[in-house]
Order: sequence, then structure tokens, then C-alpha cells
Amino acid sequence: MAEVLVYVDHVDGAVRKPTLELLTLARRIGEPVAVHLGAGADAAAATLAEYGAVKVLTADAAEFADYLVAPKVDALEAAYKAVSPAAVLVPSSAEGKEIAARLAVRIGSGIITDAVDLEAGAEGPVATQSVFAASYSTKSRVTKGTPVITVKPNSAAPEAAPAAGTVEQLAVTVADASKGTKVVARTPRESTGRPELTEAAIVVSGGRGVNGAENFPLIEGLADSLGAAVGASRAAVDAGWYPHTNQVGQTGKSVSPQLYIAAGISGAIQHRAGMQTSKTIVAINKDAEAPIFELVDYGVVGDLFEVVPQLTEEIKTRKG
Amino acid sequence: MSLRIVVCVKYVPDATGDRHFAEDLTVDRDDVDGLLSELDEYAVEQALQIKDEADDAEITVLTVGPEDAKDALRKALSMGADKAVHVEDDDLHGTDALGTSLVLAKALEHVGYDLVVSGMASTDGGMGVVPAMLAERLGVPQVTLLSEVKVEDGKVTGRRDGDAASEQLEAALPAVVSVTDQSGEARYPSFKGIMAAKKKPVESLDLSDLGIEADEVGLENAWTKVDEATERPARTAGTIVKDEGEGGKQLAEFLAGQKFI
Ligand SMILES: Cc1cc2nc3c(=O)[nH]c(=O)nc-3n(C[C@H](O)[C@H](O)[C@H](O)COP(=O)(O)OP(=O)(O)OC[C@H]3O[C@@H](n4cnc5c(N)ncnc54)[C@H](O)[C@@H]3O)c2cc1C
Ligand SMILES: Nc1ncnc2c1ncn2[C@@H]1O[C@H](COP(=O)(O)O)[C@@H](O)[C@H]1O
Repeated sequence: MAEVLVYVDHVDGAVRKPTLELLTLARRIGEPVAVHLGAGADAAAATLAEYGAVKVLTADAAEFADYLVAPKVDALEAAYKAVSPAAVLVPSSAEGKEIAARLAVRIGSGIITDAVDLEAGAEGPVATQSVFAASYSTKSRVTKGTPVITVKPNSAAPEAAPAAGTVEQLAVTVADASKGTKVVARTPRESTGRPELTEAAIVVSGGRGVNGAENFPLIEGLADSLGAAVGASRAAVDAGWYPHTNQVGQTGKSVSPQLYIAAGISGAIQHRAGMQTSKTIVAINKDAEAPIFELVDYGVVGDLFEVVPQLTEEIKTRKG
Repeated sequence: MSLRIVVCVKYVPDATGDRHFAEDLTVDRDDVDGLLSELDEYAVEQALQIKDEADDAEITVLTVGPEDAKDALRKALSMGADKAVHVEDDDLHGTDALGTSLVLAKALEHVGYDLVVSGMASTDGGMGVVPAMLAERLGVPQVTLLSEVKVEDGKVTGRRDGDAASEQLEAALPAVVSVTDQSGEARYPSFKGIMAAKKKPVESLDLSDLGIEADEVGLENAWTKVDEATERPARTAGTIVKDEGEGGKQLAEFLAGQKFI
């Protein structure tokens, strides 16, 4: 069976959930071969094997952290040459898309970004994408070269399918040309202890209606009662009430959780672009005419300062 | 020597319009008004600020697109760019990201550059891949997704706010930069700027000027193919209640019914 390269997103060997989704999707096309760059391959290998990786190709070099993007492309290209895969799958993070883009140019292959589903087709993998702020759904294929496809988080439910997961060293030479952009300093983001926004099953977002950074704990409280991630509209981010990393929408994160709760958000097209594919959508807004209500499964027309605390209390009571 | 800045700008259908697909499954550009991609305004703005700080700099705006794409160039010129280059050719219809980056790279080599500035993503296709592809094709450093950028002493530095960390980057020119919408509000064209833009030069180039064969670009030769595009069914109308004092509890009841609690 043909092999499919899966680029592993991990933090020191702790594999992130979107990679498990990629392994699950990869099995529809062929045998997943994981590519793990950086430290922690042995720790990661167990998880990767559990989700179907037949092999784990690994390389660690200081260059992966010292220079932007390009050294990782050198490594993925080396893996591509070693395996001759039927497709290359990469998580749709900002960096993932850039790695995939450069690999596609290098190997002369077509690229599809932000797939939300993947299936085997007679002429190669068929990717489903959600476009124009999720008002259309398309099915596309790569017609030249080896399909390079980036896949959004929450595109599949990870399914275990134990395989060998044999760890093999990958020989990588980082070209001088790939050392053009130095990372001179790196400040890791502080963990909030809440789920990762793009991976969360539930997201609770606040907008301009939250009316100040000092009121965001209200949104966080609701999120914590549900074990959810916290999002924000651009209006709330631009006002400085919540960090940009939490922005949902066209220029923020695109989320696709089981449940999305929007409080004090009007539902502008650029916001919708990042949340419209959520399974269940709930809104709290005092304006009955707000466009967000066109999307909801359940909406409450009311003041969020009344509704949100009551909701949070009720959830806590029900959960005991 | 003058710092040659080239800003890549895309002409896109208005995101607030009713966008759809043409019969050949390319983006329909006839029924919806087009404009300069809002995210590329940030690129023009940063280029203008870099020019302000430089001893001597010149800004060229570059687009690959149909006849109407001139509107995008005019807007950028009215914001303050110095001149424009428009790559326009009937054979370009339906070109995908790989093809577009090929044409842009050839055009950049034709025009000459020290610094290429792009937006973070186009507001229609929104792949966010073209700047990385340009760096790959041109063989120059990629300094992308910057929320802060500075050019000094032949070097570009900037801050990239990623998911896991915020990184401080540095590269020697020539380089390809892309900037996010966190880089600072773009200016509005002044009346004077709009008048001045009418007299600024716009050079038109076609594929043969760039030494690109027709079979390297266009819909038929794209590296990807859209087989199907279906309009997402409108979400079925949900339940909407007015809060009469029990709104939070009613919502909890709904969530419990859906097994979220
Ligand atoms: C190129 C571009 C990219 C963009 N990218 C993004 C993006 O990624 N994400 C994004 O979100 N936006 C984005 N935007 C901005 C977008 O157009 C909207 O301006 C933004 O989403 C509005 O945020 P909001 O809904 O919080 O604010 P508003 O539109 O002001 O809505 C606030 C809502 O809160 C309600 N409200 C007020 N007080 C209360 C209360 N006490 N109780 C209940 N409800 C209340 C109001 O009725 C109103 O509906 C982008 C715009 C552009 C041009
Ligand atoms: N046809 C085009 N003409 C000029 N610049 C473009 C074109 N397409 C993309 N770009 C540039 O590349 C960036 C990212 O585009 P994309 O990869 O399509 O999301 C845009 O913000 C532009 O700066």
C-alpha cells in the first residue's frame, strides 16, 4: 500500500491532537509515515504508532529552532525523497501552511490548504474545503505531482489503529539558503490551562458587548464551567480586552467545535468565516436583529450580563 | 542606493458581497464588486512607513490579475505608492497559488527589488501561502506574518506572534516580508493622494514579457482542480427566546438536551 507522509505537530514529543486526526485521515489514502522534527521522538512514537503510523522518521537539529520555517522544509523534503509518498499531509497552522507551500514549490506539486475532510478518489485524494466564509463547500484534487494537503483541526475524530511505529533516523542537511531568517529571541506563550482554541470541543467567545477587559472573567467563567476554550471577536481584541491569539475569524483562528457560544458578538462576515462550521451555535445578544441569530441553533435575546452569570450558575448546579 | 520596495497586492471580490463561483468553478468576479484586498492595505501601509524611515526608497505596487485589478493598483497609488506594475494576460484566468507565485516571482525579478512586502492572506482564496512560495522561488529569506516590522542597515527585523510563541526575527535584504492586520491601521487616501495617483505610472506586462509560457499557468494547467462547489445549505432556523429573567436557565436546558452538560 502507498505511504502517506504526516507532518507531526508536537511540543517536545507531546503530540498535538490535530496530528492524530491527520493520521486517521491518512489511513483512508494509504499507510501513514510520521515525520517528527525536533526533540522527543521516542516519546511521540508510542502515540503515533497507536494512531496508525507504520514508521516514524525523525531528525533533530538546532537549525529547526534557530531559523524560520525553511530548515523544516529541508527535512520534509528529505522525508519525501526517502519515501516517495502518495500524499503529504500537514496540519493547517500558520507555520504548517508555509512549510507545505514551500515543499509544494520544491517538488513541483499542487497544494490544497485548510481541508476539512479527505477521502480516497479514483484520481488521488479528494479534499473538502469550506470557502467564502463557509458559504460554499468545495471538493478539490491535486492534478500535478504529489498532493500536498494541509488539514484543519477538528476535521476528523482521531481513531486508534495500532501499527509498528518504528523510529528511523532521517538524514537531513540544512542548506545555507535555509538559514536566511534568524530567530533571535523567542517568548513562549503562557499557558492558560484551558484547551487550545482550535482543538477545543467547546468554544465560548466574547465580543464588543463584553464591554471591557475587566468583564472578560465572565466569559472565562462560563468557559471553565464547560471545560471550553475562550475566543474573542476582533472588536474585543482591537480594544485590548483579550489577546490576539484568541481572536476567532478571518484574521484570527478558524474554529470548528461541537459547540460555539457567542456572547455580545454581532456576527460580521469576517467573524463568521472563523466559526460558521461549528456543529452547534448558540448566541447571546441584546439586539434581536444581530446577524449572528441567522446562524444559531439556539439564541437568547438579552443582556449578557444577566444571561451569562445565570447560565454559568445553572451549569455548575447541574454538574453538581 | 535607493531601497526598492515592491508590494504585492491582490484585487478580490468584496467579502461583504454575495460571492459565488462561475460556471468553470473559478471565483466569479463579474457579479460582485472588486477591491484591493483589505489585508494588503496593511502591506502598503508598512511599505509607506518603511519608506518614511529610509533615506531614499521607492515603492512599486505589483498585481497579477484581470483588467479591473487596476482599481487595486490605483488605491495603493493613492495611499502613496510611487508606481505600479500590472501583469495581465487572458491566459492567466484560473491560475492557482503555484502559478500565481511563479508569475509574481518572474515579475519581481523583472522589476527589481530589495524588499517584497505582502499581506498575510488574500481575502478570497485566503490560503496565506504566496509569500512563502515567493521566498522559496526567489531564494531569499522569508520573514512572514509580522505584526511589527523595521528595515535598517540592509536588514529587516520584526516580530512574529505565533501560536506557541512570539518570535523576534532578523534577515538580510533582499527578503520577502508579509504583515498581519496587527501591524497597524492602514491610512485612508487623501484627496491630494487620489489626484496624484492619476498621474503615476502603471506599467502593463503580459506573460511573454516575463518569459512565461501559456502552458505554465491558467485553469487548464493549474496544479489543483476544483471538481465540485456546493452552496452550504442555510442553517435551519433555530430557536430564539427573549430573556424574561430565565434566559440563562433556558439556555442551560437546551445545552443539557444536546448533552453538552
Ligand atoms: C480584513 C478584515 C478582517 C477581519 N477579521 C476579523 C476576525 O478575524 N474576527 C472578527 O471577529 N472580526 C474580524 N473583522 C471585524 C469584523 O468586521 C467586525 O468588525 C467584528 O467582528 C465585530 O466584533 P463584535 O461582533 O464583537 O462587535 P460589534 O459588531 O460591535 O457587535 C457587538 C454586539 O454586541 C451586542 N451587545 C452589546 N452589549 C451587549 C450586552 N450587554 N449583552 C448582549 N449583547 C450585547 C450588540 O448588540 C452587538 O450585536 C475583520 C474585518 C476586516 C475588514
Ligand atoms: N494575484 C496576486 N497579485 C499580487 N499579489 C498577490 C496575488 N495573490 C496573492 N498575492 C499576495 O500574497 C498574499 C497572500 O495571498 P494568498 O496566499 O493567496 O492568501 C496576498 O496578501 C498578496 O500580498
